[in-house]
Amino acid sequence: MNPTQRQRLLALTPRDRLETGWDELALGVEYRCVRGPDTGMAMVRGRMGGTGNAFNLGEMTLSRASVALHDDGTLGHGWVAGRDHRHAELIALIDACARRPDWAERIDAELMAPLARELDAAREQTSRTAAATRVDFFTLVRGE
Amino acid sequence: MYVAVKGGEQAIANAHRWLADRRRGDRDRAELSVDQLAGQLNLAVDRVMAEASLYDPELAALALKQASGDLVEAVFLLRAYRTTLPRLAETVALDTGAMRIERRISATYKDVPGGQVLGPTYDYTHRLLDFLQLAEGEVPEPARAEAALEACPPILEQLDAEGLIEREVDDGAAPYDITRDPPDFPVDRATRLQMLARGDEGYLLALGYSTQRGYGRNHPFAGEIRIGQVEVEIVVEEHDGPVCIGEIAISECQMINQFAGSREMAPQFTRGYGLAFGRNERKAMAMALVDRALRAEELGEPVESPAQQAEFVLAHADSVEASGFVSHLKLPHYVDFQSELELLRRLRRAHGEPQSGGDEDSSEVADGGSGAQAPADTHPPSETEQVAP
Repeated sequence: MNPTQRQRLLALTPRDRLETGWDELALGVEYRCVRGPDTGMAMVRGRMGGTGNAFNLGEMTLSRASVALHDDGTLGHGWVAGRDHRHAELIALIDACARRPDWAERIDAELMAPLARELDAAREQTSRTAAATRVDFFTLVRGE
Repeated sequence: MYVAVKGGEQAIANAHRWLADRRRGDRDRAELSVDQLAGQLNLAVDRVMAEASLYDPELAALALKQASGDLVEAVFLLRAYRTTLPRLAETVALDTGAMRIERRISATYKDVPGGQVLGPTYDYTHRLLDFLQLAEGEVPEPARAEAALEACPPILEQLDAEGLIEREVDDGAAPYDITRDPPDFPVDRATRLQMLARGDEGYLLALGYSTQRGYGRNHPFAGEIRIGQVEVEIVVEEHDGPVCIGEIAISECQMINQFAGSREMAPQFTRGYGLAFGRNERKAMAMALVDRALRAEELGEPVESPAQQAEFVLAHADSVEASGFVSHLKLPHYVDFQSELELLRRLRRAHGEPQSGGDEDSSEVADGGSGAQAPADTHPPSETEQVAP
């Protein structure tokens, strides 16, 4: 898994779940924040007709953090929708640790893989709920 | 001349204290939590986010609670909070085609890839009050199909092999941003869409309705309505490609409208577009109708109805601006009003005393005075007389 894929998965995972998953890894790593965590906004853009020129739809809250690991100074970065500083910090921390070859494999296997499965399962569940509201048309034949 | 008037601090403090008491209501009842509002009054929360132009369900629910459910006040609170935050990024334009669909319908094609998906809708309910809601009852889990939805590609893109529907193509133009520079009329379509997206739903609904009733008719069909979650991406230095920061709920409406064609263009269907934060179907539909109406000039149609007049429509669409200006009438106008009183007394005295000019003249002056509304204020009496009738 590359850093961009990890960032996506971590941003789409609820913070509580991330917290427990991180604790279970028990890497015991020390770090400090080098930027943030802080909150601002992103201007969300849409496209006319879905595919045309861009326009500004409105803003959304966005939090970000950057951390450095104590022992070797490896940097990690995190961005997440909303105002949860801890969520952004956790993403940055996991990003930093996963950039270290000695930890990357464990993080991907023991944290990222289960998170990916859970996200898929949750999405499958929503999609099946939507599918239950899909209309099945049938045609009435009138007269013979 | 302005006369400074002080006072009222204690009255204001006590008024706000009473307001807080009213908001809390009966202390024997549990207090509403922001979580409950976000979870159970989610359509109100979505409307606040859309019109405040800030996507954050928790903050919108907080605003709703603080405003005791007054939507326009809640929009104002959230819009004001927005000004305290720095802009960190612009997102990659949303790919609504990749939406995780919870509702997707088309009124123009029965059989579409992915099907007609109703989602959690109030359509087809009987609009009878459900008295069971007065009692606490168990709500069953939603039904789930055996299999997930098939892909639901955007309908207008899929089904236009003949070129009968106008194409929307990105020419890479950077959109104008009304939060950075105030709109300067006439404005382009990107600016219009930004202003409509934050416009008051009731106002846009009324204008959209007016086009259906014949004031700027544009023969709409709901080509596709999509509601669901879309992933949001931003571009950052630290990653090569765009990175996902989460997902947001979005409502999209593609209207298909008739167009007679012009000298340059063959007749074809044209499009109106609506996009709104959250589950805001009615807003997205109204926005699409008004977007199309505002394209009248571009499409060479006569501009003769209110919904087609961009400056009129857009300058009055924002509930924060509108309620602010209407509300300012509550502020003390003691001195203004005194001067009006003085003027009126003078005119009435003049009216009572027949002068050399005769009765007609003095009654004309009085008409000018009573017709002294905002635009007339600045005109000399002779002009006012022409405007007033």
